[in-house]
Amino acid sequence: MTGALGLAYWAETSIKLGVALIVIPTAALMLGYLFLLKMMAFMQSRLGPQDVGPYGTLQLIADAVKFLQKEDIHPAAADRRVFRAAPVVVLASSFLLFVVLPTGPDAVVENLDTGIFYAMAVSSLSVLGVLMAGWASANKYALLGGLRAAGQLIAYELPLILAVMGVVIQADSLNLQEIVRAQAEGEIFGFGLIGNPFILTQFIGFLIFMISAQAELTQTPFDMPVAETELVGGFHVEYTGFRFLLFFMAEVATAFAFSALATVMFLGGWWIPGFDFDAPVLNVLGPVVMLVKILVVAFIIFWIRFTYPRLREDQLQKFAWKVLIPLSLANIVVTGIFKVVL
Amino acid sequence: MPQLPGLLKGLGVTARTAMRTLFPKRGMRTLIPAPQQGSVTVQYPHEKEAPPDRARGVIALHEENCTACMLCSRSCPDWCIYIEGHKVKAPPRRAGGAVRSVNVVDRFDIDYALCMYCGICVEVCPFDALFWSPEYEYSEPHIADLLHDRIRLSEWMETVPEFLEYEPGSEQKVRKVPDFGTDDFAPKRQLGADDAGPARKLEADGARELASGAGS
Repeated sequence: MTGALGLAYWAETSIKLGVALIVIPTAALMLGYLFLLKMMAFMQSRLGPQDVGPYGTLQLIADAVKFLQKEDIHPAAADRRVFRAAPVVVLASSFLLFVVLPTGPDAVVENLDTGIFYAMAVSSLSVLGVLMAGWASANKYALLGGLRAAGQLIAYELPLILAVMGVVIQADSLNLQEIVRAQAEGEIFGFGLIGNPFILTQFIGFLIFMISAQAELTQTPFDMPVAETELVGGFHVEYTGFRFLLFFMAEVATAFAFSALATVMFLGGWWIPGFDFDAPVLNVLGPVVMLVKILVVAFIIFWIRFTYPRLREDQLQKFAWKVLIPLSLANIVVTGIFKVVL
Repeated sequence: MPQLPGLLKGLGVTARTAMRTLFPKRGMRTLIPAPQQGSVTVQYPHEKEAPPDRARGVIALHEENCTACMLCSRSCPDWCIYIEGHKVKAPPRRAGGAVRSVNVVDRFDIDYALCMYCGICVEVCPFDALFWSPEYEYSEPHIADLLHDRIRLSEWMETVPEFLEYEPGSEQKVRKVPDFGTDDFAPKRQLGADDAGPARKLEADGARELASGAGS
């Protein structure tokens, strides 16, 4: 059995595995440095890290080394096995997200037919890990954080998926590659040079997706599960050292993955206007284009994070159930009508 | 959606701050990122921050003025001032006068691990023995070393700045005024006939040239 690259299955798998193992930590480091450290600092008229490496670029690596040196503490009353498994579950959820992200005609780990369905399903796995962490910590703050996370993630999973539905209806496919193709080969009133990025036709869907992603990533203004000022860190309050690092990496890597999903579904993905959809050169240029678009989307996510204060719990739920879900349902209905009529 | 304009305005504020920090230069050089100039922070270990006027950095002790009256120690909210003293006989000031008894400070410690920098001790000291110094670099690896004894506290005296005139209209609370004579800085408490006694005594003790114009 040979894959897209014409190599043996094991060779291709190991290449993909190696790339994924490089891509995910690099993605987390890049987002963490660019946005969490530097952009946040500039938005607060600070400089951010300066001393570790040029312009503080190696700060996060130094932090990781520091985390590795720390003592691994378990609370006495903690459910040790669940406590240990929780960060791995959360990180696994974000690792699995990267599997379906297409970055070129062949540059994708697994081109699943139900790619977007898989991505949505896998991203909600992290709720399990968060609940496990909250429950196993034997700490009331952690438990409150875990329960808040569960309530919030369930509430925002719905508009997230419903927003994706509009894209799926318009693209006629659950396959992420096909969604990119639909955008590449689409036309705006007969003008097909830049394709038809779904942000134009699915703008409401894009807004809902971004807001729900913000909540799904527990970024401010939807960061009640980790609210430092109320819950002193929420579900990861009892975690130290490497396990905390796993949570942190998962948070940033998931932000990267969700930015990539938004890019694929709404911004045209890796396709560059003027190229054939299957042009082999896109396997090299596609990832670069993807990266730029991902950084733009991630910039918006972190921009919102650094601007707004935290919502109250009831405001959060009200916003999800009374605004986002009806709006996304209406979006599906309108999209469906257009799909049938046109 | 009444909140929408405010939300967008907020995004604008953070974006503008980021741009101002990153690109502070004007004109042709606008595109050169220079966050070092744009940020409001001071890169502390590399460059020192100039403390503001009357900064409360550390409390200095002018030991000659201290009479071990314990007022500062008793008014300290944290009880972080430890004073011990004893009386000694001093020769009479004038020929034929009585032998005086004078307080000598044996111990005057301030525990900066407890101090909350409220400045009540400085305010309450009637003999001008305590002063604020703007120095702030006296952290220690061991918490016990934050207990500054009278020698260390006296060394801080060198860093005490000259008295800075109060801004016009500001309420004068601290009686740290070199010249009581001027009306602007006269203490709130009227130095009437009753107070002339202690004021004169201070003068007589030679504690400081305080009350030269106080009784007038």
